[in-house]
Amino acid sequence: MSDTVIRATQLCRHFGSLKAIQNLNFEVERGQIYGFLGPNGCGKTTAIRMLTGLLLPTSGEVEVLGLTLPRDAEKLRLKMGYMTQKFSLYDDLTVKENLQFIAKIYGLSRHEQRSRINELLSTYGLDQRAGQLAGSMSGGQKQRLGLAAATIHKPELLFLDEPTSAVDPENRRDFWEKLFDLSDQGTSIIVSTHYMDEAERCHKLAILETGIKRADGSPDELMRNMGAHVVEVESNNLRQLKQQLTALPEVITAAQLGSRLRVLVSDSCIDPIVFLAQHESLDKQQLHIVRPSLEDVFVTCTGKGRQ
Amino acid sequence: MKALYRIQAIVSKELIQLKRDRMTFGMVIMIPLIQLMLFGFAINTNIRDIPVGVIDQSQTALSRVLVQTVRATQVVKFTQHFYDIESANAAIARGEVRAVLVIPEDVAQRLVRHQAVGLGSPPSTDEETSRPVAQWIVDGSDTMIAAAIKGLRNMPLTELLRLPSNRSTPTFEVALFYNPEQRTVVNIVPGLVGVILTMTMIMFTSAAIVRERERGNLEMLITTPIRSMELMLGKIIPYMFIGMLQVTIILGIGYSLFNVPINGSLAQLFGATLLFIMASLTLGLVISTIAKNQLQSMQMTIFVLLPSILLSGFMFPYEGMPIEAQYIAEALPATHFMRLVRGVILRDVDIIDMSYDVSWLAIFTVIGLIIASLRFKKNLE
Repeated sequence: MSDTVIRATQLCRHFGSLKAIQNLNFEVERGQIYGFLGPNGCGKTTAIRMLTGLLLPTSGEVEVLGLTLPRDAEKLRLKMGYMTQKFSLYDDLTVKENLQFIAKIYGLSRHEQRSRINELLSTYGLDQRAGQLAGSMSGGQKQRLGLAAATIHKPELLFLDEPTSAVDPENRRDFWEKLFDLSDQGTSIIVSTHYMDEAERCHKLAILETGIKRADGSPDELMRNMGAHVVEVESNNLRQLKQQLTALPEVITAAQLGSRLRVLVSDSCIDPIVFLAQHESLDKQQLHIVRPSLEDVFVTCTGKGRQ
Repeated sequence: MKALYRIQAIVSKELIQLKRDRMTFGMVIMIPLIQLMLFGFAINTNIRDIPVGVIDQSQTALSRVLVQTVRATQVVKFTQHFYDIESANAAIARGEVRAVLVIPEDVAQRLVRHQAVGLGSPPSTDEETSRPVAQWIVDGSDTMIAAAIKGLRNMPLTELLRLPSNRSTPTFEVALFYNPEQRTVVNIVPGLVGVILTMTMIMFTSAAIVRERERGNLEMLITTPIRSMELMLGKIIPYMFIGMLQVTIILGIGYSLFNVPINGSLAQLFGATLLFIMASLTLGLVISTIAKNQLQSMQMTIFVLLPSILLSGFMFPYEGMPIEAQYIAEALPATHFMRLVRGVILRDVDIIDMSYDVSWLAIFTVIGLIIASLRFKKNLE
């Protein structure tokens, strides 16, 4: 069996005249955490729903774990876990009852059920809350319960649709630790997000914008190949300077970070420090080349098609 | 085996949710209790004490005795006196009285010549001797009230003249089976089982799938290995028990409070009721797969409920409806259940002998389940 768990070829999905996904191609390898990064409405959820067989592609092909979708969608169910964007377990059931319900649906035997639920409760720090109603828990707890339920049958493949949108940074960090544990055990994970820090943790990611894949690769590759220099400017009158800089054709964008201005200069100009110093009569002491961040990548490869 | 396991998972989940939902659980008990009290005491087709007026143009002792004799029938109750027709008509129009008895000046003369009094004079075709004693002016818009007053047309007048009543031999002898005392409640209580089950069963299940969709649980459920039919069965099984509980409440109170006998066997009753409960539940499920939200599912439930009350034979006899309405009534599970339940409870019939209604309910259930399962798609298209 190949090590490719997902292969999507020329995947398209239209809702009436809206083209939610256009010609999407990508592959995910076993054990990888693959991220879809993009703003709201860029087609992340649609892409995940097509990969799980919940939506039919308008055209194109999807192969997941060697199964052709949507034909084999039912066979895929036992091998995958799906955590929806919104909490989708039962608010009026306790943590334990929710897990018992899901375990029975996946056909775990009574014995397996008990040991697996106890294991999950302790892994996800829910053993103190086993008898609490799911609806009365915090965002972070609900999300851990969601992950526990999605992995109860030890799926090979896990889909997480914006798993941490309702969670504070500390919980998000813990959550990702759990994801790396799963990945380490061989689970392949597809995650969608609009947080840069979250995307940066993925092994590989695709940047989506209005249904089109703008770039993909590992975060490092993306940063290396983004085709722009990042210069930080320390100066007074930053608002005015920003106006002047963005008017230059070589400058892609400029964004203020407190007392600094972060300027993306196209790599068509060889030495951005000299270039900026000449144009805006800035002292070279005020200019520093810095390491690009994923946000810089995101900004350079999107925004062209934005209205 | 796996399928049974998954159905059981849905059933126990539904039961836990129902247990936590105090309001719904309260309704399960309170709806049959309250409706039974209301209908049992309130609905009465034996009309008594209709408010009427009188215009006494003769003002004699005889006319006053006549009024008292009419009052003694208990059909009407004299509440007003009028002195002319205009004010009487106005009172009828205002709805203060439903009818007015007009006693003419020559009431004594009319009475003695009236053949019902039987003073010995031979029946005559003479215009003068065949005149009625007095006249009723009736608000005929309500047919039940009009019929009750029309029933007074041939009331015996012999008491009026202190004569022994010489009852004439009727054309037909009538023997009333099953409800000889003609108590309305005997017919209402078994019918009420059908109405209450239609209401609660369709209402509960019509919200079943819609609620999961509204709360977002469905998006998770459809990514699991559960099959449509398993989900549908798991959703209706808990409510079958609820339905049986309600039937027990209705018939138990009907028996102890309203003295409605259960003449048929309990096993027969159980079988007929279970069939009807399943038919209603699957109808609810079909609604649930059509409705987009709980409000829509509620509206559709009412849409089914009203004809089930009015056309099923609960309120008005099926036989009296025009043929088109009978076709509609045939399509409703409630109609078939009304026949079955009244048959078993009141007439001790064997439901095997009513195989038409039995098989209709069974076929309805199977088709409903298939439609609901086909309509419920395990994707978000």
